[in-house]
Amino acid sequence: MVNHLNINKEYVLSLLEKVMDPEIPVISVIDMGMITDVLINDNNVVVKMIPTFTACPAIQLIQSNIKLNLEQHGIPSVSVVLDKDVLWNSDRVTEKGKILLEDFKLGTPIKHNGIVTDDMIMNSVCPYCGSDNTTINALFGSTLCRSLHFCYNCKNKFERFKPVA
Amino acid sequence: MESVKDLILRMADDALIIGHRNSEWTGIGPMLEEDISFSSMAQDKIGHAQALYNILHEQFNMEVPDFIAFRRNASDFKSCQFVELPIGDYAFTLVRHYLFDHAESFRYNYLSNSTFLPLKSLATKFKGEIKYHTLHADIWMKSLTLNGNEESKLRIQSAVDELLPYAMGMFELGNYESDLIDNGIFVGELALQNKWHSFITESLNSFNIKVPVIKEGEIKLGGRRGYHLTELENLINEMTEVIRTDYTTEW
Repeated sequence: MVNHLNINKEYVLSLLEKVMDPEIPVISVIDMGMITDVLINDNNVVVKMIPTFTACPAIQLIQSNIKLNLEQHGIPSVSVVLDKDVLWNSDRVTEKGKILLEDFKLGTPIKHNGIVTDDMIMNSVCPYCGSDNTTINALFGSTLCRSLHFCYNCKNKFERFKPVA
Repeated sequence: MESVKDLILRMADDALIIGHRNSEWTGIGPMLEEDISFSSMAQDKIGHAQALYNILHEQFNMEVPDFIAFRRNASDFKSCQFVELPIGDYAFTLVRHYLFDHAESFRYNYLSNSTFLPLKSLATKFKGEIKYHTLHADIWMKSLTLNGNEESKLRIQSAVDELLPYAMGMFELGNYESDLIDNGIFVGELALQNKWHSFITESLNSFNIKVPVIKEGEIKLGGRRGYHLTELENLINEMTEVIRTDYTTEW
């Protein structure tokens, strides 16, 4: 299809790499696994996305951040829609995203392939020293996506990005 | 499809009201982590209510979620009386949370196979989130029974005794049970109740808590037909206190 905007999907995706999650500002909406598709029509760009948690309070902010960012890069007509055909789960966080989470000193979600066990929730690797000699202090933290842990090895408290099916 | 609408409204109203009750622990939790936990679970529940109301809005031409949540009278609600009870002490709140969330977990598990696709999708999403709620409940139930002291065990037992007749009211039959079951939309309240009851019996026994036998007539019914505790009216008054000052304001 010929499009009058003269842009391609790769370009839009590269711009989305610069739109950060408001609650963890080092990781982009792409690495968070929130973008499900980008459609480029004759006159507009449609970004399809999904929230991480159902009750995510930042969803409208993220939508407007995406729109603003793309418009600032010369894409005149952008709509950001919620994709009802895809559900987010923590396996959607990219490998690069997990490295960024670690750099941010957040424990990373273990890959679960659809089934999250109690052990996966309780046991986390420490983002400070890499030890797995840790314990969970609380299942809920400062945002819905985080739990609270303690490392016996380096004695640091840390937050972890939860594994969620 | 009145049957689906009725089912979703029950679930959404339960989630909204229990979410509001959870939020009442914000700022007064017995320890900071518990304050945060109940606040987070409140956020999840109210988010679930909003998503369910949104199905009603999009598929059944009902008003927008905020309107459904804030602009109805108590008698229009379909919540069960169990979620309407005030929070009581921490043992009371914990036991309700435990009984309610295990029921929700089984409910969403069944609904993740529903033939009504918008509900199937939400239920699949919700059950991953609810996992943290049931685990939270189980950890604290164990803490205050097997790892607790005489007083904590007594308080948990007395909360179970008091709450079970209300908890059984969650499964009050609606007018559309056979329609829901025959069309593969939902397994039905009776099957859900049986699944839940055998789970909590085994689980509570493992905590050395006795499960009282509840006779048919003792079950607190009526919520699904609009008969509510006066506490629901108080809750709605409080919940809508701000919006009632000006319904037309854009936030």
